[in-house]
Formats: sequence, structure tokens, C-alpha cells
Amino acid sequence: MNEMIFIVFTGLVVGGILLSLIRMLIGPTASDRAVAVDTITTTTVALLVLLAFIFKRYVYIDVSLVYALLAFVGLCAIARYMERGF
Amino acid sequence: MELIGIIITGIGVLFLVLGNFGILRLPDVYNRIQAGTKCTTFGTFFTIIGIGIIRPEWFWKCLLIAVFVLATNPISSHAIARASKKCGVPLCDRSVVDQSAEFEKEE
Repeated sequence: MNEMIFIVFTGLVVGGILLSLIRMLIGPTASDRAVAVDTITTTTVALLVLLAFIFKRYVYIDVSLVYALLAFVGLCAIARYMERGF
Repeated sequence: MELIGIIITGIGVLFLVLGNFGILRLPDVYNRIQAGTKCTTFGTFFTIIGIGIIRPEWFWKCLLIAVFVLATNPISSHAIARASKKCGVPLCDRSVVDQSAEFEKEE
């Protein structure tokens, strides 16, 4: 029963990621795409923790932590590129 | 204890889905930044804390990830908002007030 509830939660989160992916594909400017990527990475951190609970793998939580760190650095690099352009 | 964790995780997942829906629906870059940052920070925090409550041996590392997301997500969104204002992305035509224009005129 509990596994069913968490599989439904995972399906909802994946559906939300698909909604943001549509915005990333049709976004008019580069800033729209950067915001969509920001939202997708933050949602993926939560998705990895949910998958760690469903598959009972403790390692996925470490993967989630490293993913959050790399997403933050990458988004700061994208913002600096859009602001100054080097 | 497990029921409390499931309820908290459900609240977090609801906010994550609503934040992603706002990314698709709102008319402007700055509105999308607002939806994407607030809803996904709240949703990620509550989802991870809920998983940590269900599994108490994972709680401290889950709390570490949650605090890290809570600290870094507003910084990256602020950087993107500042960059899109600097390179001249316009507001949508239904906007009422733009206080950054007079601030730039004073400079």
C-alpha cells in the first residue's frame, strides 16, 4: 500500500517535469529556458530522494546531494554568461 | 509516524507539481521565476523532510540536502532575474508597475 502511494507521487513529479520541459522547448527567450532548467533541477533533487526511498538504496541520497551542488554552480555560470557574456 | 511522513511528502509533491504548472502557464519571465523558485523550494524541502521522517536513519542527510536547497535556490534564481533584467527582457503588457526603471534612472 505504501509503495503504491509513493509510486503515484513519483508519477506526479515526473508529470511536473514534463510540463517544465514543454516550457524549455517553446520558451521565447534564453531566460525562459534558464528558469525552466532551474525548476527541473530542483524538482529532480526531490525525485532522486523519492527514488531512493522506493528502491531502498541509500546511495541515491548522495547522488542527490552532488546533483544539487552541480546544478547550483551550473546555473550561476549560465547567469553570469547571460549578464556579461564572456 | 509513517502517516505523518506520507502527509508531509504529499504536501511537498503537490507544491512541486503546482510550481511546474506555473512555469508553463504564467506570462512573463519574472512571474515564472517567482512560481518556480517559491513553489519548488517549499516542495523540495517538504518532500525530503517527509522521506527523512519515514526513515529515521536517513534523517540527518535528508536535512542536509533540504538546508542546502533552501540556501542555494534563491541565490541562483536571483542571479537569473538580475541577468535577464540586465540584458533587457521586457515585462509582459499586463504589468502595472516597474520600479526598477526609476531606480536605473537615479543611477
